[in-house]
Amino acid sequence: MRLEERPASSFFQRIPAISATPRSFLAAILSVTCVLSLTVELPASAAIPAVAKEKKPKADPALKGLPITELSPDEAILHALNRLAYGPRPGDVERVQQMGLAKWIEQQLNPNSIDDRAMEARLQDYPTLRMSTAKLIDEYPQPKQAEKQAQQVQAQARQERRRSDAAVIVVEKDTQNAPEQPANSEAPAMTSASAPQPWPDNPSAAAPMKQPAQGKAATNGTGRRDVLGGGDPNNVPRAIADDSKRPQRVVAELGMAKVTRAIYSERQLQQVMNDFWFNHFNVFAGKGEDRYYLTSYERDVIQPHAFGKFKDLVTATAKSPAMLFYLDNFLSVDPRAAQRQAAERAMRQQRRRGGFGWPPRPTANPQQPPKKNDRGLNENYGRELMELHTLGVDGGYTQKDVTEVARCFTGWTIDKPRQYADFKFDDRLHDPDTKIVLGKKIHAGGMKDGEQLIDMLAHHPSTAKFISTKLARRFVSDNPPPALVSRLAETFQSSDGDIHAVLKTMIWSPEFWSRESYRAKIKTPFELVVSAVRALGTDVDTPMPLVQWVARIGEPLYQCQPPTGYADKAEAWVNTGALLNRLNYSLALAGNKMRGARTDVTSLLGVDSSADPKTALDRAVRVFLGGQAGPTTVETLEKQLDNPQVLQAKLDDPRKQVDLGVVAGLVLGAPEFQRR
Amino acid sequence: MKYKCCEGVRDLRFSRRYFLKQGGVAMAGLSAMPAFLQRAVAATPMPNKKQLVVLFQRGAADGLNIVVPFGESNYYRMRPTIAIPQPKRGGTDAAIDLDGFFGLHPSLAPLEPLFRKNQLAIVHAAGSPDPTRSHFDAQDFMESGTPGLRSTEDGWLNRALETVPEENASPFRAVAMGPNLPRMLHGGAPAIALPDLKQFKVMAQAPGTGQMVEGGFEAMYSQTVDHALHGTGTETFEAIDLLRKADPAKYQPENGAQYPTNRLGQSLQQIGQLLKADIGVEVLFVDCGGWDNHVNEGGVQGQLSNLLKDLGQGLAAFHRDMGDRMENIVFVTMSEFGRTAKENGNRGTDHGHANCMLLMGGDVQGRQVYGKWPGLNDHQLNDGRDLALTTDFRSVVGEILTKHLGVKGLDSVFPGFDNNPRKFLGLLRT
Repeated sequence: MRLEERPASSFFQRIPAISATPRSFLAAILSVTCVLSLTVELPASAAIPAVAKEKKPKADPALKGLPITELSPDEAILHALNRLAYGPRPGDVERVQQMGLAKWIEQQLNPNSIDDRAMEARLQDYPTLRMSTAKLIDEYPQPKQAEKQAQQVQAQARQERRRSDAAVIVVEKDTQNAPEQPANSEAPAMTSASAPQPWPDNPSAAAPMKQPAQGKAATNGTGRRDVLGGGDPNNVPRAIADDSKRPQRVVAELGMAKVTRAIYSERQLQQVMNDFWFNHFNVFAGKGEDRYYLTSYERDVIQPHAFGKFKDLVTATAKSPAMLFYLDNFLSVDPRAAQRQAAERAMRQQRRRGGFGWPPRPTANPQQPPKKNDRGLNENYGRELMELHTLGVDGGYTQKDVTEVARCFTGWTIDKPRQYADFKFDDRLHDPDTKIVLGKKIHAGGMKDGEQLIDMLAHHPSTAKFISTKLARRFVSDNPPPALVSRLAETFQSSDGDIHAVLKTMIWSPEFWSRESYRAKIKTPFELVVSAVRALGTDVDTPMPLVQWVARIGEPLYQCQPPTGYADKAEAWVNTGALLNRLNYSLALAGNKMRGARTDVTSLLGVDSSADPKTALDRAVRVFLGGQAGPTTVETLEKQLDNPQVLQAKLDDPRKQVDLGVVAGLVLGAPEFQRR
Repeated sequence: MKYKCCEGVRDLRFSRRYFLKQGGVAMAGLSAMPAFLQRAVAATPMPNKKQLVVLFQRGAADGLNIVVPFGESNYYRMRPTIAIPQPKRGGTDAAIDLDGFFGLHPSLAPLEPLFRKNQLAIVHAAGSPDPTRSHFDAQDFMESGTPGLRSTEDGWLNRALETVPEENASPFRAVAMGPNLPRMLHGGAPAIALPDLKQFKVMAQAPGTGQMVEGGFEAMYSQTVDHALHGTGTETFEAIDLLRKADPAKYQPENGAQYPTNRLGQSLQQIGQLLKADIGVEVLFVDCGGWDNHVNEGGVQGQLSNLLKDLGQGLAAFHRDMGDRMENIVFVTMSEFGRTAKENGNRGTDHGHANCMLLMGGDVQGRQVYGKWPGLNDHQLNDGRDLALTTDFRSVVGEILTKHLGVKGLDSVFPGFDNNPRKFLGLLRT
């Protein structure tokens, strides 16, 4: 037996689509069969509209002006909608075709030229989006202990009611509570290379109705939560309900607004870029006061600069209370500042006592050991500014540079963090001496030290390369072609870090439109959730369940604890647990089991439930996958649809009925839909 | 004959899957024993396997306040506000004396009896030798097992499994608790991520469609040409099937074990559950975060203390729950680097170098703090600021892999490292 196996597997190893572990040997054979059949039939275009097929790609007027040679017109438009937007809605491909792809892209690159009032109207439901930080702190205070307990009792009653409601519509679900935003944590209790998950204090399914334990649950003010993130996403915790005035509501509205924008905004590329930059300059909502600062951070810092100059973006983040708090810079001070201040105080006293006759000398003893509550240097921001925001970890800096950068930013702090939280430069806390960063002397003085440093970092060649690589990874492929990255870096440097110009260079590069990059990216959980809603044309009234699904699939919004942000490579998102949740999400959404979201699958597919299941399947593949499913996917699904269970026989109706929600759910769960 | 499993055919519980894959075999015209049969055999209990649990403390835990060198006066000089006081008789707000020089943080009190019973060992001044102070890079290096080398694509725990190939391995041979698969388990050997055992199933929404929907997904993923998704899909559906049989819903911790109710505690409980289900689990991974205490780290009380309470209670509960099974289990902790020996200007600590590792289990020669102590005098510090490193984490892990899991080729697990067994510290009985 083993002799038979060996030559076979060495043969199969040469085929890239095969994983050659002994365990998957059989599966490998199956794949080979598929590969072979694919080579005959690719491009798998059974359902590409006939019009498109007849035209030669180059001649198509819809693609005019773009360096597209390897993709068909339909593929190119789909590609653009998947990369520069969150996937096509019903009719989008036709619309872009009519307008011309280049024109659509130009519009997306200039988002202010696009009317987005319909989406803005949807955001009216979230008043916190327009509030100042001061107002948020004022209107969404940390509840006091007594209030908390009263709310717990209420919440429990409500939960029981909700639970019984939900039980009616959800066929398979357990009795757990919904996941919730991680509670306030000065000591955020979990990170991981993977995603921080919402977590509960008492997830025991055996005793779901028990009063939450006091202590942690009470101090966090959130009641029971599901630590492992397995609750029912339809179930919205009390603290983030529509009428909640708890701080968790502020972050919940951010999440709902983000999902709403990604689904409904006409300014799609703007949303993609906002997401990119927020992730690049990540701030974790679970760290203390940051829950109040993120609204302004996203609205006033990230969004306005998303297509602007990179230096302005870095400067704005450096001065934002959100970043100052998240990476501790607001606490970083010159260690000698306290002594200096003591000396000045002494000087003033002396002056008062001795009149104005002579300049007094400082009297504080410089040898005196620092007191316990004297503050000093904190290098957290200095390091991440270089490693994650500008130069990249290989950008050529040393530990000494990190300390020097931290010295430059001493005194960059937050004025009244618990009242209005404005940026403040406090000269008394700033290290006045010369610093040397990357071999260059920084001695501009005061706040200019930090500004000069940002200018230097933003224009550094390592930064150009690092940012270009990340952009190309987001828009082209996990390992983007080096030639493309260098081209982007050149534009970055020659345009003074103009993000708009870099994007243009990228989109007008042939690598962006190569066959190799087509469907090369695995969708992140956020992209998957949003693109499925768009594909179905679902009307979303209450986005909270969608927000909770994004978390469950592995990317809780605003909850990425480490400053790296979420990974942008397939490995981070492809695994058993996440895959299963993707499938379950597709079933729930297409099956109309998502609270606050309505999908009309019948009119979307243009067939009704009395249709032949194969017709329904063909339509679903055409609508959701642009007609481009691998032949095996279609074949496999056709076989499954012969299963009598798909054809539900109703008692009072002799005809067989196709469950269109199941058909749609299967197709949205197909491997092809996991890619963009 | 390699496969003595004809009984397995008769007793095939993978019936639906059986026909599906059987069809594939016929199509390819192959007569070799198909993989699913091997796995069916593997689904029978195999309780005598050795198991390894790896806990990763993400964010750089402060080893000097976890296992406290209270015998060093420098320690108290450098940490005026966050040091853990020297052990005192009957006092609970001080270090717990282990050997007259080192002491456990008082929040780790549940671990003291395990130390006394030879079940717990500590390696101090250990970690990854790479000088990086980037969390991301250091975690990456500690998980790839090739410090300083970025091009490594897989993780050491996965490579370790590959050196002991199991053709009939259970889909649960390597499991990470959590929504995503950690770097340490990336690679050629199958590994799965399990966010929550109770939710690990396809949830069909229309009544009566469960089997068809699951079958549809399974078939699509087992036949897709998408390389990345194909393997994951296959693993997912095998795991669902096996887990259904193990029926984790019935589980109750034994021996009065009480796991903490946070994510770590619940993950540890589910790890216990998987181990007791006897479904072929060999390595398990779990991580926990929150260790990056630049500000107000606290001493006996505070942020670090709270994390350690959960850690201590979690490990002790796991040990209790596992009972005799502990004989076959080794539990090891690690963190990407330690923290500065000196506290910083905000009563916290910044990124440092060496750290401590905990080992727990029946094979562990406990009751000892291993490793060479480098000292905390200014000239003894790494870069003049951190605990210097005297034990490479790869020697610690290498010893566990060799003696406990029976890994033979350490050079492929830790390429470019001196894997000579003579350098092992003697942490495990042989």
